[in-house]
Amino acid sequence: MDIKKTPKKLNVKEKYRLMTRDLAWEPSYRDEKEIYPYVDYEGIKVHDWSKWEDPFRLTMDAYWKYQAEKERKYYAIIDAHAQNNGHLNVTDARYLTAIKLFLQGISPAEYASHRGFARVGREFAGVGPQVACQMQSIDEIRHAQTQVHAMSNYNKFYNGFKDFASQRDRIWYNSVPRSFFDDAMSAGPFEFLIAIGFSFEYVLTNLLFVPFMSGAAYNGDMATCTFGFSAQSDEARHMTLGLECIKFMLEQDPDNIPIVQKWIDKWFWRGCRLLTLVAAMMDYMLPKRVMSWREAWNIYGVENGNALFRDLARYGIKPPMHWDDVEKSIDHTSHQIMLGLYQWKFGTAFHSWTPTASDIEWLKEKYPTTFEKYYLPRWEYAIAQKEAGGEYNNFGLPKLCQVCQLPTLFTEPDDPTQLCHRETDYEGEKYHFCSDGCQHVFEQEPEKYVQAWLPMPALMQEPLKGDLAAWMEWVSLEPTAAGEYASSEDKANFEKWRKQVSTD
Amino acid sequence: MSKVFIILQANEETRSIVEAIEQDNPDAEVVHEPAMVKVQAEGSLVVRRETIEEEIGREFDMQELNINLITLSGNVDEDEDALTLTWNS
Amino acid sequence: MQIDVQTVNIEQKNQTFTHLKKRFGDKKIPSRYQEASYDLQAVENLHYRPTWAPEQELYDPNLSKIRMNDWYDLKDPRQFYYSTYTLNRAKQQETMESNFKTVESLNLIEGMPDPVLAIAQNLLIPLRHASYAANINNTLVCGYGYGTVFTQPCVYHAMDNLGIAQYLSRLGLMIGDVEALEAAKQDWMDSDAWQPLRRSLEDLMCVRDPVEVFIKQNFVLDGLLYPLVYQRIVDQNLVEQGGSGISILTQFMTNWYLESKRWVDSVLKTMAAESAENKVVLEEWVDTAANHFTSVLLPVAGLAVEGNQADELVSEAHDELLQRAKKAGLFK
Repeated sequence: MDIKKTPKKLNVKEKYRLMTRDLAWEPSYRDEKEIYPYVDYEGIKVHDWSKWEDPFRLTMDAYWKYQAEKERKYYAIIDAHAQNNGHLNVTDARYLTAIKLFLQGISPAEYASHRGFARVGREFAGVGPQVACQMQSIDEIRHAQTQVHAMSNYNKFYNGFKDFASQRDRIWYNSVPRSFFDDAMSAGPFEFLIAIGFSFEYVLTNLLFVPFMSGAAYNGDMATCTFGFSAQSDEARHMTLGLECIKFMLEQDPDNIPIVQKWIDKWFWRGCRLLTLVAAMMDYMLPKRVMSWREAWNIYGVENGNALFRDLARYGIKPPMHWDDVEKSIDHTSHQIMLGLYQWKFGTAFHSWTPTASDIEWLKEKYPTTFEKYYLPRWEYAIAQKEAGGEYNNFGLPKLCQVCQLPTLFTEPDDPTQLCHRETDYEGEKYHFCSDGCQHVFEQEPEKYVQAWLPMPALMQEPLKGDLAAWMEWVSLEPTAAGEYASSEDKANFEKWRKQVSTD
Repeated sequence: MSKVFIILQANEETRSIVEAIEQDNPDAEVVHEPAMVKVQAEGSLVVRRETIEEEIGREFDMQELNINLITLSGNVDEDEDALTLTWNS
Repeated sequence: MQIDVQTVNIEQKNQTFTHLKKRFGDKKIPSRYQEASYDLQAVENLHYRPTWAPEQELYDPNLSKIRMNDWYDLKDPRQFYYSTYTLNRAKQQETMESNFKTVESLNLIEGMPDPVLAIAQNLLIPLRHASYAANINNTLVCGYGYGTVFTQPCVYHAMDNLGIAQYLSRLGLMIGDVEALEAAKQDWMDSDAWQPLRRSLEDLMCVRDPVEVFIKQNFVLDGLLYPLVYQRIVDQNLVEQGGSGISILTQFMTNWYLESKRWVDSVLKTMAAESAENKVVLEEWVDTAANHFTSVLLPVAGLAVEGNQADELVSEAHDELLQRAKKAGLFK
């Protein structure tokens, strides 16, 4: 071999192939099945791992370079935010409820995603998807950490942030995101990728990160807006990974199509149920609004989702099974969730409130067919109770859905006056669901969902035995973090500090 | 036809990138929202390195897009000269 | 509305998050490393058992023979979280970029003696496959290990190993274009010198105890390989023979090894100090793996130096590794 050879200029694709794809080898001393033991059991057939396409082709040098630039920008902004009391720039302190929910629910999910992608980055038997998943894994820990760092400054001044670590594992509503990510992580590597990489990232994160973060900016919270957008720029790579992965599975073998379809059906529904919390954040928790949940759904759900599923139709993939039910629910869920959070506000580590007169006008305008007819009367009832010196609380424990773990507070898709409730008997026990979608998910895999940890029964069992005060201690919920916004310490402090600012 | 889009953070660096995209995609629509700018088009959209370089007056690496990118929609094809987004439908 | 709030002095409610207060008190504001690392992993009320291994928990400390009362004792002395890690590597990356440019513009490869280039080709380029195995192994530790302070640095280490494999690939392209990479892969697959190492790495890729993988890969194998190949063969032998250009292109590896071994040693030390049972397990792993990999690396060293000298270099590396093990509290 002539060693001194002038190298020819390689294009990006060829260079990436050599730098990444060419690193792996076919094992000959050990069987592939010993090295990659989990790659077969879900029934996905892969004939040629090298057919995997990674469109972004980042090598580590470029990754370090560009990510470092993002990090420098990000930390400059949150340092300035902390030094300049940036928290007093938010429109009003009601907004903080949204970011409390974010820290308690979403940041732990980012972390779970980091670990999950490390696992699939190990388990896939091809270097292309391995490296793509590893990069997503390291990105996801970035997201968890930048969020904790951004919230750290809010924690110094407001209630409801400081116990996020124990509340992640114990408080009832955090079981919604927790069970979603635990569900994905306990699935096999291919299903995990459909769950998180495809359904969550591609179909749904735009709804979480784009309009909501634009709203955060509009409400004066540059720290949150910046981590949101900075995270979403990684998501652009992740979404593309999710889409490539699904195309790869569909192209490898026709037998994969029904399996993939089943996962799309499941995870689209699971994701939409999870995002009902984001719906409430968008419609109720941004004091200044950019767009309603309905408008966001029309752009990022309907328009973008339709484009995607039209594209996938060439493989024989159909739009997700419960798409119509989701569409019918969009004008309702944010109101139903917010009313639910409001009546159980004694048990949440964030505040809630009744909408103001201007909120009501906006909600009427954005939800002309549903808000005034179905939800305004309930809000008016709550407002009247409050004005009469009472409180609108529901000390009855919510019945949680066995699958999504939200209280069964949603209505029938075709009758908004009827609460929706489904039951399935399995091995002598009765299980409850909020919807056909969740019941369907259960019935596909009952042996999995019977294992779910349900926080409400836990409250009734040893050692708490229904003692609410003991429960509050167990979930680290201080009374100052819960309850009505109007009478909260957060509100009083925020207004006092703001006044101090304007008189100085 | 389905719409593809690319969303960038709204800042000085992306002004010229958005202008370059507009030049290469005369039918694209540009939407400004708080802190972000969205460029969308029917069927496909192309972001070309050369046009960006003309706008900013220096060399540009397509992977630099990562820094200010918020999100995108469509099948992605990227090489050293361009990033293309398409929907097949 | 943007208001000028810099001048307001308002009293803080909380110094820190509760889980950090429990660990470190609230006298001091916690560092960003602490905020970014402690107690991030879910610990209780895990919802479902893994369908891939129903006997395991979703996060399961019992996947390892090593037992820790608190896995968060295994802190990273470098205190790397994503931001500090990335900024650090970006800086090193910039240096490497200019190193590659220097070697290219001064035609250092052209002027290099043939035996030096042959060693680079035969010894260094095949190592990109070994680095890939290290990438996979560290990804396993990150995925299945317990507690963020232990698992977090492993994803960084995995990405570093990928970066090293890519630097080696660039070096290969520089000295012999695509054919250099092809020839190296051929060697990796077939030549006698590489088979013991390839076989050992395939074996290690079948191990599922995350700490065992960590110890055998990061402490033992890297602890022999990097001093042997980069510190001795490249930075001494090749430099003496006119191969400074190669040493410039492996600078990242040399520095990276010195930096990351502080972390690896500290993990080993903390685990060994935890209990006599841990110490026995760790000693067993280190002892067998050190002997095994020493013999595996002998033919690899033979690609660069004569038989006797290869023996000498490998046993030096072995002694150095055992010194590190003793410093970490093993074999006492």
